[in-house]
Amino acid sequence: MRFSGFRILKEGLTGNKGWRPHWRDPEPKAEYDIVIIGGGGHGLSTAYYLAKEHGLRNIAVLEKGYIGGGNVGRNTTIVRANYNLPGNSEFYSHSLKLWEGLEQDLNYNVMMSQRGVLNLFHSDGQRDYAARRANSMINQGDDAQLLDREAVRRMVPFLDFDNLRFPVFGGLYHARGGTARHDAVAWGYARGADQRGVDLLQNCEVTGIDVENGRVRGVQTSRGPIRAKKVAMVVAGRSSQVAALAGMRLPIESHILQAFVTEGLKPLIDHVVTFGMGHFYISQSDKGGLVFGGDLDFYASYAARGNLPMAEHVMEAAMTLMPAIGKARVLRSWGGIMDMSPDGSPIIDKTDIEGLYLNCGWCYGGFKAVPGSGHCFAHLIAQDRPHPAATRLRLDRFRTGRGLMDEEGTGAQHNLH
Amino acid sequence: MRLPCPHCGIRDIREFDYMGHALALERPAPDAGAAVWDDYVHNRENPAGETRDLWYHGLGCGAWLVVHRNTVTHEVYGAQLARDVKGAGQ
Ligand SMILES: Cc1cc2nc3c(=O)[nH]c(=O)nc-3n(C[C@H](O)[C@H](O)[C@H](O)COP(=O)(O)OP(=O)(O)OC[C@H]3O[C@@H](n4cnc5c(N)ncnc54)[C@H](O)[C@@H]3O)c2cc1C
Ligand SMILES: [Zn+2]
Repeated sequence: MRFSGFRILKEGLTGNKGWRPHWRDPEPKAEYDIVIIGGGGHGLSTAYYLAKEHGLRNIAVLEKGYIGGGNVGRNTTIVRANYNLPGNSEFYSHSLKLWEGLEQDLNYNVMMSQRGVLNLFHSDGQRDYAARRANSMINQGDDAQLLDREAVRRMVPFLDFDNLRFPVFGGLYHARGGTARHDAVAWGYARGADQRGVDLLQNCEVTGIDVENGRVRGVQTSRGPIRAKKVAMVVAGRSSQVAALAGMRLPIESHILQAFVTEGLKPLIDHVVTFGMGHFYISQSDKGGLVFGGDLDFYASYAARGNLPMAEHVMEAAMTLMPAIGKARVLRSWGGIMDMSPDGSPIIDKTDIEGLYLNCGWCYGGFKAVPGSGHCFAHLIAQDRPHPAATRLRLDRFRTGRGLMDEEGTGAQHNLH
Repeated sequence: MRLPCPHCGIRDIREFDYMGHALALERPAPDAGAAVWDDYVHNRENPAGETRDLWYHGLGCGAWLVVHRNTVTHEVYGAQLARDVKGAGQ
C-alpha cells in the first residue's frame, strides 16, 4: 500500500475503509540470518537498511513490548547536526542528510520540519565557543550562523533579553535542524522493513543469548528459542541487561530524562530554542503544545518517571528564559531511560563475540540519530566493517583513551554528562 | 525520593549530590593493570533493581553515604556512612 494525495482523497470519499494494518504480525521462525534485539527507532531503522541497502531478507526485530513504546516515542523530537568533535560531527551530519530524504524514501509522512535550532549564549566567552562550534559545523559541510542579539530578538521577541544573570548576547542558528514526529518515524521504518520481508515480533522479550565457542548461535525469548547467524543488540536504556545475557559489562549507566508538554496554544515558537545555561530547551508541536525539557534527574534509574526537583528546575528555567510561559498550563510530564556513556557519545561496534553487534550509548540525543544509526549499524552487520561515518564510535575508546568524544569537556567519566 | 542520612535523619533528595555506583569504594591497587582500571572507571553492572550508590550530603552534614535503593521503584531501603562501609571492607 502506497500513500499519495490521490489515495487519501479516495479513502476520504469511501469512508476510509480501504486502510490496512501497516505491518504483519507474524509468528517467530525457528531461525533467521539476523536477529535484532529492540524495536525502537534504531532497531527498526537497522532492519530497514539491512533489507534496503544490503538486500538481506531473513531478518527479525524482537521487541519486548510494542513498536514505538520505548524512548523513540518519549523524546522531544529534536533533529540537528551541530556537534563539535570529529566522530560525532560526521556521524550526525550523515544522519541529517538521511532525514532530509526520509519521507520520500519511506513513502511516509514523518512530519520532518526543518524549523531551525537556535542555541542561545549569554557572555563573550560563550560567544567565542559558539563561533568555534559554528566553524566546526561549517567545516563538516553543515550550516551554521552566528546571530547577534538584535537578530535573535527579531526571531524570538518574547525572551527575557535583559535577564540580570543570563542576558541574551546572541545565538548559534542551525537552520537545517528542527523536529519530526517521533512515533511516525518508528512506524515509517517498521512499515518499510515489513514491506521488505522483515518479521517484526512484538511482545517478544529476549531472555538469553546463546554463545558457543566464542560465536553467537541465537537467542532465548519469551516466545521460544530463535537461532541466528548474527545478533544485534540495540536496546537503548536496557543495554546493560541485554549485554549481560552475553556475559558483557558495558560502560553504560541508565538515567532518567524527563520532558513536559503544555496545553495546545496558538503559534508562538517557530523554532527550537535552547537555553544551555538553564539546561532548558523548547519547541512547539504542530498540535500547539509547548514541548520542553531539561537535564537528567542525575541518578541511576529505570523508573521511566522522574522526581519533583528536576521538574521544578525545568519550570524555573522556563520562567527565567521566557516569562510568558507562566500563563500556559502543563498538561503532562514523563520520563525515559537513557543509556549514558562515560563521554556522552554513542557506540556502534562489534563485540568480542563473533556475530554479536552492539549499538548503545545514545544518552539523551539518539532520536536525531535514528536514520544514521540504523544506516551505519546495518553496514557494520552486513559487511563486518564500519561505515565511514561511524568509524570512531568504538567501544574500546574508553579502554585505550584514544578517540574519546567528550563534547562537554568534562572528562570521560560517568555522572558528568 | 528522600534519603535517610545517618547523621541528619530523613532528608529531601535536593540536599544530596549523586556520586555514582558504590563500586567507587573498591578502588584497585595502583599497579592492578590497565584492564582492571578500565573496568573500574568505565564499566558498570548498571542493575535494574537493587543497587548501592554514593550520595554526598552537600547541603547537610557533608558526609558521603552508601544508599541501598531500588532503581526500578525508587524505594530506598537504607543508608550507611561511606566511611564505615569502606572501613568494613578492608
Ligand atoms: C524525555 C526524552 C527526550 C529526548 N529528546 C530527544 C531529542 O529531542 N532529540 C534526540 O535526538 N533525542 C532525544 N532523546 C533520546 C532518544 O529518544 C533516544 O536516544 C533514542 O530513542 C534511543 O534509541 P531507540 O529509539 O532505539 O530506543 P527505544 O525506543 O527505547 O528502543 C529500545 C527498545 O528495546 C526494547 N527492549 C529492551 N530490552 C529488550 C529485550 N530484552 N528484548 C527485546 N526488546 C527489548 C525496548 O522495549 C525498546 O522498545 C530523548 C529521550 C527522552 C527520554
Ligand atoms: Zn547528613
